[in-house]
Amino acid sequence: MTANVTIRIQEPDFDIAREISALTEARTDIGAVVSFSGICRGSEGDEPIAALTLEHYPGMAEAEIARHAETAMSRWPLTGLTIIHRVGRIRPGENIVLVLTASQHRQAAFQAAEFLMDYLKANAPFWKREESAEGTSWVEARHHDDAAAARWTKS
Amino acid sequence: MKVKYFAWVRERVGKSEETVEPPANVRTVEDLIGWLSGRGETYAHAFETPRVIRAAIDHAHVRSDAAIAGAREIAFFPPMTGG
Repeated sequence: MTANVTIRIQEPDFDIAREISALTEARTDIGAVVSFSGICRGSEGDEPIAALTLEHYPGMAEAEIARHAETAMSRWPLTGLTIIHRVGRIRPGENIVLVLTASQHRQAAFQAAEFLMDYLKANAPFWKREESAEGTSWVEARHHDDAAAARWTKS
Repeated sequence: MKVKYFAWVRERVGKSEETVEPPANVRTVEDLIGWLSGRGETYAHAFETPRVIRAAIDHAHVRSDAAIAGAREIAFFPPMTGG
C-alpha cells in the first residue's frame, strides 16, 4: 500500500484521535503510531503568557514540511505520517503542532517523529510572538533547537 | 524580483513585500542585504545584524553567499521559532 502523507497548515484546532484514525483507517500493516503534540505553555520562565501568535511563510512552510516528510519517508520504513501546524492566535493549553508517524514497528515511528519535530523547529518558517502583561515580543530561537536538528545529519 | 519580509524583519522594514530592481553588481544574498540596508533607516534597522538574518530563494533556505540571479522571490526573516 502507498504511504499516507497529510500536511496541513491551519488556524483551527485539530482532533488528535480523528487524525490517528485517518492515518490507520482500513489498513492492517501498521503496528505502531507515535503522536507528538506541541502545546502552548502558560508561562515562559516566570513570565505568564496570555497567548502566542504564530506567523508563517505561506508556500515555503508547506514546501519545507514536505521536504522533511520526504526525508523521513526515505530514512525510515513508514506507512504514513501526518503533520499539522496551526497559525494565528493560540492560547495556553491549546495545541500548536501535531506530528504522527505510523510504521510496522515502533522504533521507526519514534525516531521519525523526533526527527520531524527537530527539523520543523529549526527549519520550518514559522515565528511565534508572545503576549504578556509587558506587551508583545518575538520569541527568540534557541540554539539547542539547531543542535537537535543537526544531530540527525551526523549518523 | 519580489522580496518578502517576515516576523520582526517585516515589522522593522514596515512592509511585508515589495518588488525591487537591484543593480547588476548585487550578486549574492549578502550583497542584497547590503543594498537594501542603504535604502533607508527602516531597512538599516532591520538588517543591522546581518548574521542573524535568514534567507530563502524561491521557498528554499539559502546561505548568505548564494547567487540571486534568476530568483523570483527572496525572503528575509529571523531564526525560526515554530513547532
